[in-house]
Amino acid sequence: MLAAFGKNRALVSSLLRGGNGGDGASAAAVWAVSKRFMSASGDSITVREALNSAIDEEMTADSKVFVMGEEVGEYQGAYKVTKGLLQKFGPDRVLDTPITEAGFTGLGVGAAMYGLKPIVEFMTFNFAMQAIDHLINSAAKTNYMSGGTINVPIVFRGPNGAAAGVAAQHSQCFAAWYGQVPGLKVLVPYDAEDARGLMKAAIRDPDPVVFLENELLYGESFPVSKEVLDPSFTLPIGKAKIMREGSDLTIVTFSKMVGYALKAADELAKEGISVEVVNLRSIRPLDRETINASVRKTSRLLCLEEGWPQHGVCAEICASVVEESFYYLDAPVERICGADVPMPYAANLERLAVPQIDDVIRAARRICFRKQDKRKATA
Amino acid sequence: MALRQAWQKAGKVLNGGALVSPGSTFARALSTSSDPLTLEIPVPFKGHKVDPPSSTVETSAAELVDFFRTMFVMRRMEIAADSLYKSKFIRGFCHLYDGQEAVCVGMEAALNDKDCIITAYRDHCTHLGRGGTVLEVFAELMGRKDGCSLGKGGSMHMYNKKGGFYGGNGIVGAQTPLGAGLAFAQKYLKVDGVTLAMYGDGAANQGQLFEAMNISALWDLPVIYVCENNHYGMGTAEWRSAKSPEYYKRGDYVPGLKVDGMDCLAVKQAVKFAKEYSLKNGPMVLEMDTYRYHGHSMSDPGSTYRTRDEISGVRQERDPIERIRKLLLSHEFASVADLKAIEKEAKKEVEDALAKAKESPSPDAPELFSHIYRKSYGAEAYGADRKESTVKLP
Repeated sequence: MLAAFGKNRALVSSLLRGGNGGDGASAAAVWAVSKRFMSASGDSITVREALNSAIDEEMTADSKVFVMGEEVGEYQGAYKVTKGLLQKFGPDRVLDTPITEAGFTGLGVGAAMYGLKPIVEFMTFNFAMQAIDHLINSAAKTNYMSGGTINVPIVFRGPNGAAAGVAAQHSQCFAAWYGQVPGLKVLVPYDAEDARGLMKAAIRDPDPVVFLENELLYGESFPVSKEVLDPSFTLPIGKAKIMREGSDLTIVTFSKMVGYALKAADELAKEGISVEVVNLRSIRPLDRETINASVRKTSRLLCLEEGWPQHGVCAEICASVVEESFYYLDAPVERICGADVPMPYAANLERLAVPQIDDVIRAARRICFRKQDKRKATA
Repeated sequence: MALRQAWQKAGKVLNGGALVSPGSTFARALSTSSDPLTLEIPVPFKGHKVDPPSSTVETSAAELVDFFRTMFVMRRMEIAADSLYKSKFIRGFCHLYDGQEAVCVGMEAALNDKDCIITAYRDHCTHLGRGGTVLEVFAELMGRKDGCSLGKGGSMHMYNKKGGFYGGNGIVGAQTPLGAGLAFAQKYLKVDGVTLAMYGDGAANQGQLFEAMNISALWDLPVIYVCENNHYGMGTAEWRSAKSPEYYKRGDYVPGLKVDGMDCLAVKQAVKFAKEYSLKNGPMVLEMDTYRYHGHSMSDPGSTYRTRDEISGVRQERDPIERIRKLLLSHEFASVADLKAIEKEAKKEVEDALAKAKESPSPDAPELFSHIYRKSYGAEAYGADRKESTVKLP
């Protein structure tokens, strides 16, 4: 039994992280799942498996869906997200492209204009800058400019934001840039459930969707219910999820930072600060309703993102809360963001360039007018 | 037998009321014969990695009359747009196509509704060729409700999806990979059609064009890259922007053809040839040697980088409408009076459309927020003052 527990440590810790935070019922559930991995009540899958299965199912259901990008086929995907798809669907529907983003992105958008449903993979969204004219001017604006006659049902997907040690040109977060553009939908999954539900919704959506994944989350396992594993499962676009309910402080965040916020929330709970964690899931449309409802409940806001602070996603969230819920605030709104620097390579500098759980905890205490704990926070 | 068929066809057309001049005193009526007719194309094709098609082209009197009529309508439409712009009915950008009519008219003679066309911003006549109406072009230019894009696109953003016309694109060169994508979709869905991705000599140096050519050649996509070489990219002559202005050769491994773009029949022959090739083998480049009489746009007089003599010289020697006029007269398919009657009717069509377009109202204010998404999930959008104007998207 102990051996089984050890083997499933990743699963266990993820179970403790997610859901309602450690209480007795959860602990029992942990035992149940760790003993029978493939239990009837649910499963645990990685974000990679979630994405792969979502794309697989949508390609099976609709012959107009196809995948293209660098190394998506024979290489099985640079990050193995498209593993097995070439074998299953053949080279007409899983296409390896040359390293020419402007060209193949434009091709994808043209195919979508005609009526196909392309999934264009960018090996990372840094490379999408070479094709950004097509995302904005060819994809996002066309339905409007054509008076509603030509829609563009395309999904642009790939890893976004910082990985580990990949330095300045490979670490940028583009959520704020794409989130600004009317005509785009921008989705930011965190866990496996998000990845499955949002990917399926994105593929079925008749408009261009920018789907920002995170490389470091691909290998993380999350428990998922049978409902999530069903081929008909989708999540609504434009709706945030309350990951953890709380009463003292709202932390609004997305993608990998959701995990950090949940860990910080666990720590803060020990000090009697009850944190509500809002997982945005969608940058555009932005779920201002859920954000504001939460802040009106807790009266304190902390925004958290990995990207640069100036004109970032957090800036928009703070503006929304100050505009809509000013009279409910008991403290100024705050942001924890990536540092205002190009991403450095040295590990110590890199650590300083992105938010750490300590930063979240410190800001939370500050917003709650608590003295900063002189002891080093455990995380 | 053939004569009876010709008369029957003429009769049908007569009942349609379009082609015969009512008060003609000449004995011979306007020919509407669809009997095949072969003509020689005077300027030879030049091939790159392909044997050019024959310079003997099949046409008919009816087709020539149709060429004349259509190009004349297009010419009148563009000239009317010039006046509209100067009287401030049209704002922003307006890029006129007069001089280049033979390209889009010749193309349409070789295409059908399974084919697609995508072009850049000099798109008014291309839109017409794909089945658009003069009314919806004028209304769109003036930003009115009855415009083909509901007044929300303007001069550079005219589309007709049902007619296989994908715009109307403002970013130089972007339409070329989009065109490769349309061809990809046609091949994927096994549609028996090709895509003509049009671009100018200015765009011919764009990197994404070569990326598109590479992928379309690798994947054997049925796309024909049509370079409308009017010899000036805005104010920059081709020899100042291209190391090699032989644009039909620029595809390298993609075969190409240089075509006299002022000759409808040469264009028709080239496109027919390219379509047959492309459906089987993948991309081809067609360089249309053409000319625009106006400047790049309405803010460009067009005479600072080229001489007035050059412009009037082309108009005299190579005008596409005059060429067809000469053909019709010399073969006695039409009399001078017949052609005058066609011109008069075309002018009237354009004037009527203009009058109607001027009556068309501006779009209603709520249209500001429509068509951002095909499916908006009730998301909110904001006007300049969000406390005043918050809209749940339709």
